[in-house]
Amino acid sequence: MMDFDQPAGDSRIDLSRILGQPATRIDGPLKVSGAARYAYEQHDVLEGQKVGYPVLATIARGRITAMRTTAAAAMPGVIGIVTAPEVGKMPKPFAFNVAPLFGGDEVVHYHQAIAVVVADSFEEARAAAARVEVDYAGETGGFDLHGLWPERREDARDPVARVGDFEAAFAAAPVRLDHDYSTPAHSHAMMEPHATLAHWQDGRLTVWTSNQMVEWARTGLASTFGLSEDQVRVISPYVGGGFGTKLVLRADAILAAQAARRLGCPVKVALPRPAVMNNTSHRAATLQRIRIGAEADGRITAIAHTALSNTLPGGRGENAVDQSRWFYAGAHRLFVHHLGEMHLPESNAMRAPGEAPGLMALEIAMDEMAEKLRMDPVAFRIRNDTQVSPEDPDKPFSDRHFSECLTRGAEAFGWSDRPLRPGSRRDGDWMLGWGVAGAYRGGPAMTSGARLRLQPSGRLLVETSMTDIGTGSYTILAQTAAEVLGLPLEAVEVRLGDSDLPASAGSGGQWGAASATAGVYAAGLALRTEIARRLGVNDADTLVFEAGTVRGSDGARSLADLAAEGEIVAEDAIRFGDFRKRQIVATFGAHFVELGVHALTGEIRLRRMLAVCDAGRILNPVTARSQVIGGMVMGVGAALMEEAAIDTGRGFFPAHDLAGYEVPVHADIPVQEVIFLDTADASATPLKAKGVGELGLCGVAAAIANALYNATGVRVRDYPLTLEHYLDELPA
Amino acid sequence: MKPFSYHRASDAAQAVARAAELPGARFIAGGTNLLDLMKLGIEAPAHLIDVNGLGLDQITETPAGGLRIGTLVSNTALSADDRVRRDYPLLTRAIAAGASGQLRNKATTGGNLLQRTRCPYFYDTAMPCNKRLPGSGCAASTPGAVTRPLGVIGTSQACLATHPSDMAVALRALDAEVGTLSADGARREIPLESFHRLPGAMPEHDTVLRPGELITHVTLPAPVGGRQLYHKVRDRASYAFALVSVALILQPDGTGRVALGGVAPKPWRRPEADAALPRGAGAVMERLLEGARPLSGNAFKIPLATRTLAALLKEAA
Ligand SMILES: Cc1cc2nc3c(=O)[nH]c(=O)nc-3n(C[C@H](O)[C@H](O)[C@H](O)COP(=O)(O)OP(=O)(O)OC[C@H]3O[C@@H](n4cnc5c(N)ncnc54)[C@H](O)[C@@H]3O)c2cc1C
Ligand code: SF4
Repeated sequence: MMDFDQPAGDSRIDLSRILGQPATRIDGPLKVSGAARYAYEQHDVLEGQKVGYPVLATIARGRITAMRTTAAAAMPGVIGIVTAPEVGKMPKPFAFNVAPLFGGDEVVHYHQAIAVVVADSFEEARAAAARVEVDYAGETGGFDLHGLWPERREDARDPVARVGDFEAAFAAAPVRLDHDYSTPAHSHAMMEPHATLAHWQDGRLTVWTSNQMVEWARTGLASTFGLSEDQVRVISPYVGGGFGTKLVLRADAILAAQAARRLGCPVKVALPRPAVMNNTSHRAATLQRIRIGAEADGRITAIAHTALSNTLPGGRGENAVDQSRWFYAGAHRLFVHHLGEMHLPESNAMRAPGEAPGLMALEIAMDEMAEKLRMDPVAFRIRNDTQVSPEDPDKPFSDRHFSECLTRGAEAFGWSDRPLRPGSRRDGDWMLGWGVAGAYRGGPAMTSGARLRLQPSGRLLVETSMTDIGTGSYTILAQTAAEVLGLPLEAVEVRLGDSDLPASAGSGGQWGAASATAGVYAAGLALRTEIARRLGVNDADTLVFEAGTVRGSDGARSLADLAAEGEIVAEDAIRFGDFRKRQIVATFGAHFVELGVHALTGEIRLRRMLAVCDAGRILNPVTARSQVIGGMVMGVGAALMEEAAIDTGRGFFPAHDLAGYEVPVHADIPVQEVIFLDTADASATPLKAKGVGELGLCGVAAAIANALYNATGVRVRDYPLTLEHYLDELPA
Repeated sequence: MKPFSYHRASDAAQAVARAAELPGARFIAGGTNLLDLMKLGIEAPAHLIDVNGLGLDQITETPAGGLRIGTLVSNTALSADDRVRRDYPLLTRAIAAGASGQLRNKATTGGNLLQRTRCPYFYDTAMPCNKRLPGSGCAASTPGAVTRPLGVIGTSQACLATHPSDMAVALRALDAEVGTLSADGARREIPLESFHRLPGAMPEHDTVLRPGELITHVTLPAPVGGRQLYHKVRDRASYAFALVSVALILQPDGTGRVALGGVAPKPWRRPEADAALPRGAGAVMERLLEGARPLSGNAFKIPLATRTLAALLKEAA
């Protein structure tokens, strides 16, 4: 195990030739040609695969009193039906799962899986599933967060953090803001619905699934089915998007594994699209209150952020206040996070959990405050930038260039030419507005391992359980290995997403790229050491690995030559030390947006977007840019259209598909530009890299809301910014 | 999906004869709506009669100077037809505002008119829905329901949903007629005005078509000229159903026609509203939406319709 227990010094990575270069995605051709096999398409790995189709509860809360399956079981092609009451209550797979996935007669949310019908074909399974009849004893529940808000918005008895005397400082501040904001529930709406093929053999379970965290999935399956972890294998080579809903097991995996065990045949289950919305997880809705007090010169003296989000009992909701603790200075501070227990489906992590909705509110508030202060919102943010934790002056940021993001962005965007007065600039019937917002997201890292196998052919295999959820893991891990071993990129082959491979950090929380490349780096050094040993050299650093050769004082040998007798294998992992916790490792950004609002119809059309990111060393500018522009697209969705509207009478999300839950289409997205600051965070990883996958989303929606205000003079504090919020206030 | 039998018809007479023999049969054209609904268990026809081989895929000129559009003319072909683009640009614009390129390639003229509502509760077979299951109730009308996508006028207590077609809104403004054939050989030319029904107590019937009656064509009367504009407002820039859409035909003398989509169970037009056109968008909407009963989540559709018409009038002027 390689311990990363102090900041990285100067290293060969600083001179990198392959890492940091714009390599295109290795898996790209496989994906666009259909050759990449996703979980549901593993047709040739096993004979005799059967298809399961889920039966879903149609009440939000209550108990199953009877389930009649005889008619369904008699349908053509049906092999068997496994029902939740017959299976009985099952243990919760993993600490982060909130709702039960299957088992027992209790229903805790709409579309909870309550049976799986297995048949020879998908169509037969689906037809039979429709014939299962269920009786329920329903219970009422709480489904409307707004009812809890009046009381919770005042309640600061149990704060997340309190520094100084917020109330007094706020009361004394010459310039003050106190407003409520809201963000709706969001659906992950990834392209590939959850899917699993499960197979039992000799008491061992193998699943081909679509999961971001192979180890967590293995742990979850082991605990659910009473197995030891080495009796479970999880294979997840390609993931068609996850955004957090595939961090932990979902019902597809449990249904497939349960059915496969009971029926004695491999079973695959995909969640139908209409099940994704209510069966799986969503980002909680939030209600937020922000108070900011400042001196006339723009210095914040008091800041409070209170938020309420929905969760099933036992869940963690959406902590929308945490980023506000670290983002801006100010001596007197108060942060409160309330959980509103609701009987809606499970709310859980979605891309930039907490920061995404938190910044949607905070960064509007900052814009409003700048206006009250008659300051440029860029200058106001810079004025309140900080190099240390606002809660503890002894805790520095490891590497923070937020002000530079703002100034670089302002310059590149031409910010000095912005419309100063709201509603002052027009292009025909289009009212033009510009907006800016800051972005903040932590830079976590987790233990991650890899194995490198130098082949007699001179090729290098990289093996790790790391997943590629469309992010570019295959590519940046190949680049890392090529860099460390001095090989051309083409000589490296990466194998991912298999729990039989060395355990990795997995993909989530934007820790994946930073952690997994560090793990491959550690394994790369181990391989260099092993090669040095074979050459009789004590210190691998005296060797030069270059162009497929290794050169020492005795001359050069090709790596292929060295491995001619048999492959050379080395494995290692990176572990991140506590020194990181004595600082704040985070990523920063600034978003700039120009849009038009039609003065009559109220339609919003974005005209251009710019993101400036400070995320440490950029491992590959192509894949990093794709992550950021993808995040910006998601931010456009959050700003303009995405809302998992709740039927507060029945307690569910009625929109069941991507026609009812809208995400942006190409026509919504203007020119997007991304600038990466040339930074390197020595405390982040040996490669000085942090993630960007979530940073790109943070703050985008607020920049759009601020631009809407700048265009129209109408301040909308409730998302999405659909036209009913401001239509009546536009010029007639 | 319930098992069904599948038949191919080679001419219109054979198709309607087959439909008469097979109770519970449905025609299938592009399948872009019917197949989705079958997969979701919302429609469960016992028999499908494929009409793609009927040869009704031509656009021909009529003696009256209009166009006769075969029911199988795809939405793409119809919107791209030179005569349509020249003489009925409203139709081209409305079709192009709907669905996506791939869908329009498959979608047919008759199928488009008969596409079903997009009320979210209609799509969940666990929900009461009078349109899907007559007499079961209306999930959209209970407290707390999501009402934003629903209608504001022409709806009933039994059903609040809208008709989602864009093409139909243009056809309504153009005074098109729907030509049909029944098994007994009877042919009807049904004005678009009376083709779609208001739900009343029977929302399960979207149109006045009788069981087994086949749409063979749609007739456009002679061109009416004027500026013809269609504008569809939605939450994203493309590929979404209308919050409100407005079709406008404006003559040089200020008279014209207005029809709305996204607000009612059928393309929405009233002669008295057309007559108010010279007096501006507000005057038109006062008449066109008189008697509207907006719901908590969709009252904005009324000012939005007025504003959108105002924008079109400005553009057409
Ligand atoms: C994702 C998506 C988005 C969409 N967006 C829009 C949009 O924005 N605007 C819009 O207007 N539409 C939209 N549509 C709907 C689309 O226009 C319709 O699905 C299409 O027009 C239906 O035509 P079809 O030929 O495929 O009909 P089919 O699915 O084949 O049939 C539809 C119905 O018509 C009946 N039928 C078909 N032909 C005949 C005939 N000759 N005689 C009698 N009955 C017949 C069938 O029995 C069936 O009941 C969208 C559809 C999808 C899937
Ligand atoms: S509004 Fe109409 S379509 Fe919607 S649930 Fe009610 S009856 Fe069904």
